[in-house]
Amino acid sequence: MISNNMTLKIGGEAGQGMDTSGAGFARALVRAGLHVFVNQDFMSRIRGGYNFSQLRVSDKPVYAPDDQVALVLAFNQEAADRHTQELARGGAIIHDVNVKIDPAILAERQAHSFAFPFEAKTLEIGRPAGMDPKHAKQMLNTAQLGVTAAITDFPFEQIAQVIEQNFGKKKGSTIAEANLAVARWAYDEALKYADQFDWKLVPAANPVNRMILNGNQAIGLGAIAAGCKFISAYPMTPGTTIIEFMTAQSKRFNLVTKQTEDELAAILYAIGAAQTGVRAMTATSGGGFSLMVEALGMAGMTETPLVVVDSQRPGPSTGMPTRTGQGDLLFLMHASQDEFPRIVIAPGGVESCYADTARAFNLAEKYQCPVLILTEGYQAFASRSVGVEELPFEEFVVERGKTLTDSELDQIKPGEYKRYAITADGISPRAIPGHPNAVYTSTSDEHTEYGRIEDEDPVNRIAQHEKRMRKIETMKHEMRMPEWYGLKNAAVTLMGWGATRYAIREAVDILNAEGIKANALHFIDIYPLDEARLEKELAKAQHLIDIEGNFTAQLAQVIRGYTGRMVDDKILKYNGRPFAGAEIANTVKSRLKKNVRRVAKPSLKVKSNGHNGRNGHGTKLATKIAKRKVRA
Amino acid sequence: MIDMQIKMMPEFVLTPKSYEGEQEVTWCPGCGDFGILNAVKQALAQLKIPPHEAFFVSGIGCGSKLPDYVKANGYLGLHGRSLPIAQGVKLANHKMNVIATVGDGDGYGIGAGHFIHALRRNSDMTMIVEDNKVYALTKGQYSPTSTKGWVSSTTPDGAIEIEFNPVVMAIAGGATFVARTFSGDPKHMAQTFAKAIEHKGFALVDVLQSCVIYNHVNTVEWYRPRVYKLDDDANFNSRDYNAAMTKAHEWGDHIPLGVLYVDDRPTYEEQVKAIAETPLVKQPVGGYSKETWDEFRASFM
Repeated sequence: MISNNMTLKIGGEAGQGMDTSGAGFARALVRAGLHVFVNQDFMSRIRGGYNFSQLRVSDKPVYAPDDQVALVLAFNQEAADRHTQELARGGAIIHDVNVKIDPAILAERQAHSFAFPFEAKTLEIGRPAGMDPKHAKQMLNTAQLGVTAAITDFPFEQIAQVIEQNFGKKKGSTIAEANLAVARWAYDEALKYADQFDWKLVPAANPVNRMILNGNQAIGLGAIAAGCKFISAYPMTPGTTIIEFMTAQSKRFNLVTKQTEDELAAILYAIGAAQTGVRAMTATSGGGFSLMVEALGMAGMTETPLVVVDSQRPGPSTGMPTRTGQGDLLFLMHASQDEFPRIVIAPGGVESCYADTARAFNLAEKYQCPVLILTEGYQAFASRSVGVEELPFEEFVVERGKTLTDSELDQIKPGEYKRYAITADGISPRAIPGHPNAVYTSTSDEHTEYGRIEDEDPVNRIAQHEKRMRKIETMKHEMRMPEWYGLKNAAVTLMGWGATRYAIREAVDILNAEGIKANALHFIDIYPLDEARLEKELAKAQHLIDIEGNFTAQLAQVIRGYTGRMVDDKILKYNGRPFAGAEIANTVKSRLKKNVRRVAKPSLKVKSNGHNGRNGHGTKLATKIAKRKVRA
Repeated sequence: MIDMQIKMMPEFVLTPKSYEGEQEVTWCPGCGDFGILNAVKQALAQLKIPPHEAFFVSGIGCGSKLPDYVKANGYLGLHGRSLPIAQGVKLANHKMNVIATVGDGDGYGIGAGHFIHALRRNSDMTMIVEDNKVYALTKGQYSPTSTKGWVSSTTPDGAIEIEFNPVVMAIAGGATFVARTFSGDPKHMAQTFAKAIEHKGFALVDVLQSCVIYNHVNTVEWYRPRVYKLDDDANFNSRDYNAAMTKAHEWGDHIPLGVLYVDDRPTYEEQVKAIAETPLVKQPVGGYSKETWDEFRASFM
């Protein structure tokens, strides 16, 4: 028996309500004190596309998906065709009697097939309750949950509670009652299979209350906790749910949220609000960000504090709207003509989406520049159970840097305020417009210390440009070094950034468990880089493997450009799907083997070539690692 | 408090000089923009709006330099992008008097998308368009309001498109105040600007403006005998949509000046609950109570 550690997959056609059952079951599990991680996989269609969600449950916190699927809830034939082959040994698939399962695949995996007359039964219960056939059949959702609870020994009451909450606010709702009846029938019917299924779900003795949040919700929460009162955005997957979440919370937190006519207006509205003294943001995906670029440069020029979220999806152009990728890093670092200070942060995980977004608002006001948050589709949609202590909303400390207070402004003599005063650290005291002593203009033209147009004078240009650019040196010291995970002196270091954080950690754990000494070096703060400190961190890595969701190893390019350090190998993925821990670990193992083989055969020339990531140094190390393994 | 104190001071008398900027004005001698700048200052003085309570937003172009020459809060942004910035400013601090000053290329060409949405949104702000029917700062190309057949460096055989009629578009699009004035009539300009700034809702003022360098057709001398004031027409009612539309279409030998159309509709800001009591910028930055967060947490459990 495997207690409280399983992954189940719910698959079917968009519109069949798998999200409801997935979310409902996740909620029931979390209320029972268990930890969940849910990731979504869906097509860019409203109805008819094939979707699935994957739910991992454990009695320990879970941060990433797992490929060992114990249970498949097949809502249609396609789900069965796709996922039966993914079942772990001894796993099971739950399906309607009309869905055909390939017995050969089942036999090979020693897996079970639990068939039920779902369609017939949901109609039988739903029709007398006044439901039309379509809605009656949607109770398949509830039936699947009933079966799942029965075969995992999960208490029926926990499921019933969630059904009641989902379907009927008031007692005696016929829809709620019909669903409960379906769940009861399915539960009772499935009990007989419980002996055949090894995975069990046992509620915790003293369940702790936890929230279920996805990455985009966490970004919205970070913004709210930091006092962001304004978001303007134009819908673009996978960025859209940030403004949706903040709009849903706008009454509770008194926020202004604005869907604009396009992404240009979205960033401009935010700049207008930020210039006026309100913490403001916009959120989009790469395509929308492309439209925002001119205004981004303007915010750099007028030194307006601004937070912009790019939730990446594969591109270029429209690309793959509902998928994930890490192709925008270099774009965000360089977007706009000429140069200006900016900060690029790529959070990894729900708690980081929260904390690093909140922090972004402090950084934006301290350094009076745009802060760009780089997340991606996978992280936007993936949710997990989050302990209350992980998101300490009340503890966030607002830092507004050199923003002048009213009493400071009262001391200024009218006409003397210089919005763009030349300072040693490059940061000029900032007045919020509206005080009689500090009436000023800002302009996208090069300007004087007073903010007036001066687009000719070379001396003024040098003074202002150097003032702005000095902020990079100032902010560098506050940027955090990449974090280490795993063994202190490892033979292999996996380097990544942003949303791959926990998949890479899992890969490190797998490698260490198998005797390959590994650790991870993960970037959340990416730009500006503090070269001197970073060089020291990189020097600790022996065989450095870069892991990124793009073709050209963008972070590796940045690292090499700033520090000269080349990576020894690269694992790059750009099929629109997220990395999984086991996948990374397996690739690392096969790469190490390959490198050893290459070195072993003198006839085979190994070119020292930065582009493909082999530079001789790495292959030697790989040999050492392999030898060490042999000795062990 | 500060505002009160200042207003009670004996020297607190606002005149056009109160808005004098220190910048050297770089417009060409004889440019219609000078008159517009003076009229804007007069309107502000007349309405007793002190410099720190006015916020000018502009784009790029000759006319968009105006905020640089005024003593008031200002943001001189990008070509075509003044309106979204202005509306963002207004949502952040709706006590601010927000005025966008742009040219015809900026407001009706590159910024046309924002213009259409600003009309239907009815943010409480004023848009002054210095409409000289030509791209002057880039040296004489045709603009959206150039007449069909306009010969310029990019249309040597004459513009193929017909001209854009901003006042018709504004009325049709839902602006609640649409007016036209003329740079050759400083008094009328100042009066019209004052009415527009006072109006609650989105106010467009299209200013027929001469460009002494690149527009040798629509000169002050060309306009003078053609323009007439709607105020002199006792039968005209600016609240009559159809009458307004008829006047808005009038062009050529007779060009109406004045308020073409007025309508009452709640402003955008009036309908945003979060700022019903306090301007957003005056609200606390973060610091929500434990009770508020507890409620939130419970809703996600």
